[in-house]
Amino acid sequence: MESVPTHQPLVEMDGITKRFPGVIANEAVDFDIRPGEVHTLLGENGAGKSTLMNVLYGLYHADEGEIRLRGKPTIINSPSDAIENGIGMIHQHFMLVPTLTVAENVALGLPSARRLLQDLKPVQERIRELSETYGLHVDPDAYIWQLAVGERQRVEIMKAIYRDVSVLILDEPTSVLTPSEVDDLFITLRQMTEGGRGLVFISHKLHEVMNLSDRITVLRGGRVTGRTTPAESSRERLAHMMVGREVRLAPRRGESETGQPRISINDLQVLGDRGTPAVEGLQLEVRSGEVVGIAGVSGNGQRELAEAMSGLRPAASGQIVMNGIDTTHKTPKEIRRLGVSYIPEERMRDGTIGEFSVAENLILTNHDLPPTSRRGFLNFNEIETSCSTLVERFTVKTPSLETTTSNLSGGNIQKLIIARELSGDPKVLIAAQPTRGVDIGAAEYIHSVLMDRRSEGTAILLISEDLDEVIGLSDRIAVMFEGRIMGILDREEATVHRLGLLMAGVSEQES
Amino acid sequence: MSDFLTVSVLLATIASAIRLATPFLLAALGETIGQRSGVLNLGVEGVMLLGAYGAYYATLRTDSVMFGILISLVVGGVMGIAYGVVTLALRAEQGISGIGIFIFGLGLSDLLFQKQVGTPTPIDGLGDVAIPLLGDLPVVGEVLFHQNALVYVAFLLVPVLWFVINRTPFGLNVRAVGETPEAADSLGVSVNRTRYITIIVGNAMAGLAGGALALELGIFQQNLTNGHGFIAIALVYFGAWRPIGVMAGAMVFGLVSATVLQWKTLGIVVGTTASIVGMFPAVLTILVLVLVSRRTGQPSALTRPFQRGH
Repeated sequence: MESVPTHQPLVEMDGITKRFPGVIANEAVDFDIRPGEVHTLLGENGAGKSTLMNVLYGLYHADEGEIRLRGKPTIINSPSDAIENGIGMIHQHFMLVPTLTVAENVALGLPSARRLLQDLKPVQERIRELSETYGLHVDPDAYIWQLAVGERQRVEIMKAIYRDVSVLILDEPTSVLTPSEVDDLFITLRQMTEGGRGLVFISHKLHEVMNLSDRITVLRGGRVTGRTTPAESSRERLAHMMVGREVRLAPRRGESETGQPRISINDLQVLGDRGTPAVEGLQLEVRSGEVVGIAGVSGNGQRELAEAMSGLRPAASGQIVMNGIDTTHKTPKEIRRLGVSYIPEERMRDGTIGEFSVAENLILTNHDLPPTSRRGFLNFNEIETSCSTLVERFTVKTPSLETTTSNLSGGNIQKLIIARELSGDPKVLIAAQPTRGVDIGAAEYIHSVLMDRRSEGTAILLISEDLDEVIGLSDRIAVMFEGRIMGILDREEATVHRLGLLMAGVSEQES
Repeated sequence: MSDFLTVSVLLATIASAIRLATPFLLAALGETIGQRSGVLNLGVEGVMLLGAYGAYYATLRTDSVMFGILISLVVGGVMGIAYGVVTLALRAEQGISGIGIFIFGLGLSDLLFQKQVGTPTPIDGLGDVAIPLLGDLPVVGEVLFHQNALVYVAFLLVPVLWFVINRTPFGLNVRAVGETPEAADSLGVSVNRTRYITIIVGNAMAGLAGGALALELGIFQQNLTNGHGFIAIALVYFGAWRPIGVMAGAMVFGLVSATVLQWKTLGIVVGTTASIVGMFPAVLTILVLVLVSRRTGQPSALTRPFQRGH
């Protein structure tokens, strides 16, 4: 895209500094948005991307710096100020009211055509018109709670288009979409820039950034560490700018010998939270020394599968055999004692107790066993020695073993969980979203640890929404859709395109 | 003869049920609008007591019932501002703050009564108003349309409140703020301004509910409301946060209370039995809440203070 117009920028942010207690989230950041372009903000979690855009959207106030809109210095104190100035934002967590309809969500905060009466008719009509124009299919009368994630995002975009924004900020908009939904989204976004709108695309997914951007600004630790365009750059160079050193994007896969089956799942059915089947007729086998990846958009039964395997959720029918023993109706503790480890996807909710110290979290799974405790008393000398070893071996960065766990960064908490789960030399490892939300450095490390376990003969079930991760680590990839396995591909034949179709529920025969 | 008596007793019971339901209804509708915006106010009872005392004292001094009603609204509104500052600006825990408001209202109303009035002096309360035409209808007219003005106000507020919540931009804001305040905020709807309005209006209605009680009875005494405010909160849950459901709940309580009262007056229950029967409304509250534990319709953001960026 060399056709970037050189008009006056829609937005100029000059020398923006934003401090939080103990942290500088943005330091003298310059950023601008021109009409008709997609300007990407690239960076790791905590690099300050969202902070910068929250300043522009009036959610935070900058401590220093100036914002100019079409050349005019402007103070944006609140989202209403931003909206009045034609700035819209699509947040990472959707800002929709589930109990209201699409039209009501769109109309929220706007004056009604009939003043004190809420008149939704014109809103509904306008939504239908815009749906046509932009190919954004949304039913104005549907309730948000009835909609799938992809549809909800279309409602978010509709809200912005309806308000006729000239600048739209999209904070990690693709994290919940299937590859084909991402393609559709990018078409819509391109269409929006053609009308002269300027878009800010916040992301850490390198291939999407290369695909969509006109310009790229890279942030690290709150500072700008690079400005480039896709034409002048590559994924490797972008990763270097993000992390500040060379990064191995594809994990090193060591030698591994696959042996006997360690996980055999037969016709498994598991119910979800609402009592409806979340996993149906699932058939799966993982051998020692093998990584089987489960790809799929979240909410297709992956969480329920992992919970049933770890004993946290009862299986409605079918059989789970791990390490040669039927674990279908065993308790989590019994399953763990069989050499099964589990890295849960919600590290703060299921993986650790935030208020506990690092050491306490490290002994959660063996505190009642010798040598950690003897005759009902905790053995603090032993705990100190073993935990120090683990923290060192798994490079968990923590001031001390007594530090409260919730004070650590996401990446370090994840390393702590992995240290605990891998300390017992597991035969089977269930790893759910092991690198979600952690920085590239930690992700790189976690990947190498998982690959080491594979070489040592652990059977690993890797559940991940990150396709690059699944393809990079797995020997075979199973795609889950609506509780079923749509297909299993060998590593060599797995492409984003083929996986994407399966993730959208299109079986190989149909396509 | 005995048939006539039964029918007339029944009619009188219904008429009295409507009358007794009125304070419940006013307070519960006020609580409904507050809860729909995501704010729980456990202090309804305290606000009712202050409203009741305010209405009583103002009427006693000026002989104007209208002035008494006005004062009960103002007292409730002021308590609403106070509760808003505590829970919205200072973001205090709503459950605990509400209990504080209750104890404050209980104590202050009694203190003022002891200091300013001392000996219970009856006032001329609200007189019945017959609605033209409708009041002339046989049976129905007598039961429904010979009531005091606040009864009509309370029941008229049911459709009015429904309309405001479901058919106005303000109501859309209220529903959004009670469910997903972050979404409302991101679209420029002021979460706290919306909540201030609902709390002040809701508390004014609680004050009015207390006033209705005092003016109906023509008297004030310590703890005059005797749990009305707490039952009103229960009615909001019973009514699944919908005005019409709340009205149904208020009528059930009105009927039970009226029946108990009727039995006592007619001497059907006396002594200890009467005291036990007098507990029916309270027992009913517990039963209802156990049965209606589904909580469908409960605003998701109920009791959750809003702070931008959290």
